[in-house]
Amino acid sequence: MAKIYSDASPKQYNLNPKDETISLLLNYSKALSVIKYNKLKFEALLN
Amino acid sequence: MKNELIQDAELVSNYINGNENALSILIERHKQKIYSFIYSKVYDRDVTEDVFQDTFIKVIKNLKRGKYNEEGKFLPWVMRIAHNLVIDHFRKNSRMPKFDNAGEFSIFSVLSDSTLNAEKVLIKDQVESDVRRIIEELPEDQKQVLLMRMYQDMSFKEISERTGVSINTALGRMRYALINMRKVIDQNNIILTN
Repeated sequence: MAKIYSDASPKQYNLNPKDETISLLLNYSKALSVIKYNKLKFEALLN
Repeated sequence: MKNELIQDAELVSNYINGNENALSILIERHKQKIYSFIYSKVYDRDVTEDVFQDTFIKVIKNLKRGKYNEEGKFLPWVMRIAHNLVIDHFRKNSRMPKFDNAGEFSIFSVLSDSTLNAEKVLIKDQVESDVRRIIEELPEDQKQVLLMRMYQDMSFKEISERTGVSINTALGRMRYALINMRKVIDQNNIILTN
């Protein structure tokens, strides 16, 4: 039997994150505001 | 699709300017690639979900803080963040390996909670008070020996010295104390187990 020395091609995954994760990220983005004061930047999570 | 026509760069700049919808389009556009990339490294859906989430939290923070300079490569930048977080994940795990308890060996067969639960505490109190009541029923000399032996942890030699009887008498009283207690327990059908 001939030996195959080449690696198997990496498996392709077609996976998607959960809807909850996406929604959490979008809500996080809406809640996060960065306040700039002089040269300082403050993060504020306003829920 | 209209959304597909808008370049990543434009969406990023719209997002930085306050258009939250732009982020939603960016995530929707790239989520599969990023998620699959993370999964191909960690092979665990839950970990993938966590890393994916952390990746975008970082993306959001960096964009809002103005730390991202657009050079037309949003996806490679996000992939780099994801890649770094995957490395962090493995580093953290090698420092503190996670025991997933999935194999044949269960850690809970070795570890146990020695404290009693509420029900067992009640049962234990009940048993102890029953035993005390039975002891009260014993003749005085037997009761004295039993209390000294069991509750004060005295040796039979000490008991014999304290009560002024021989060791054999003390042993005999102990024996009868136990026999009598068993009798009371049998007669009254008292259950003393927990």
